[in-house]
Amino acid sequence: MKFLCVDCDEQMAFEERQLPGDGTLAAVFRCPACNRMTAMLTNPMETQLVSSLGVKVGGRTVPEAPFEGIRGGVASGRDDAFEDADAAPGGPVRVTWSVEAIERLGNVPTFVRGMVKKIYTEYAKERSIEEITPEIMDRARTDLGLEGM
Amino acid sequence: MPLEIRTYNELEGGADLGDQVARQQQRVDHRLESIAAVIAVMSGKGGVGKSLVTAALATALASSGRRVGVVDADLNGPSLVRLLGVEPEALPTSGGSVEPARTIDGIALMSMGLLVRDGEALGWREPEGAGFVWRGAQERGALREFLADVAWGELDLLLVDLPPGTGRLVELHEMVPDLAGTVAVTIPTPASGDAVARSIELSRRRGIEVVGIVSNMEGARCGACGVIGPLHSGSAADELAERFDAPVIARIPLDPALGRAADEGALGRWLAGTDDTRARIVELAETVGRVVDAARRAGRSA
Repeated sequence: MKFLCVDCDEQMAFEERQLPGDGTLAAVFRCPACNRMTAMLTNPMETQLVSSLGVKVGGRTVPEAPFEGIRGGVASGRDDAFEDADAAPGGPVRVTWSVEAIERLGNVPTFVRGMVKKIYTEYAKERSIEEITPEIMDRARTDLGLEGM
Repeated sequence: MPLEIRTYNELEGGADLGDQVARQQQRVDHRLESIAAVIAVMSGKGGVGKSLVTAALATALASSGRRVGVVDADLNGPSLVRLLGVEPEALPTSGGSVEPARTIDGIALMSMGLLVRDGEALGWREPEGAGFVWRGAQERGALREFLADVAWGELDLLLVDLPPGTGRLVELHEMVPDLAGTVAVTIPTPASGDAVARSIELSRRRGIEVVGIVSNMEGARCGACGVIGPLHSGSAADELAERFDAPVIARIPLDPALGRAADEGALGRWLAGTDDTRARIVELAETVGRVVDAARRAGRSA
């Protein structure tokens, strides 16, 4: 969508964007010659339909981010579904599991495996340990009094 | 006197919608360059154990040394997180990619079950009562992001577990025109055969090879004595094989041991056993593995 000031035969320039409510997108344009302003109000359903295709109305100004549509569109998404691994140094430690540790975790009954994994992961994060190995698991069991896990 | 108005393309700027859509497909193409073969597991009918077959097949292929990824394309009924024994946790995002979850057996997995809150249905942000207009587009977009945005790395095979129905096969094939094939899962009943026939017909019509038919729940194995007794009436797999000239590549009974292993996310451990059902899964994996090896030789990733 572009706007042409008929009196001046000038392309109107984008001035500002507003979200007045009910899903309406308002884009305000100004004629650079006579300063006349006009607001384009989008049909909320049409706007949603276009954005559902994963495209940006008005063109992209930044590269597409991974899972952009899912992250922006899913209403029932987990708050902790993603972790930015490119976070600045000094941020939270990203903990990985060695193959041996994962195998050992597989011995834990399914219904508590998630909780046990979380305990070990938190233990590692608090101590800035980047990889959980069976040795780290042993140490955590001792430190946390988790014999049997 | 009519006004002389200039055309849209004579003015500067624009939404560039066509190019944006083209770039989306380029992202899919680029990501799949490092994957030798993409195979869809389909049924057309719900409740035939398709996801269990997918999980067991993926695990058996991984056990044979192949690098395997799984896309759970059943966005509204994801079950592969449980079947593959994955614990949902934050997925690292880095450099324009999302890391997949990984199973104990090294299988890479992406599923809506990793992203949606426990016990909640997949819901989209949408004005109340009007979501039907674009829900299909959003789900198609989610499948595209599963393919394009996940750091799959070098894989021998990416298995895509399709939901019941035929619509998502079409979407998948539009995004992955060189699908290596489909595996059709049915149970013996005539109703299942009717639904699966539509999927096979669609697959053939689109020029996608049908690797074979899996006859699931073909009898029930007694948990005590191991004997396979009757379960369903009908012989859908054989009838489909004759009608479409496609092989039956596995006959899998309803087996309490297999079901228990899947519920516990311990299929890898179960596959290390020696029972007859396990041998049937391994044979299925060998058949699919040959298709994968042929695709790799054909240099799909070259």
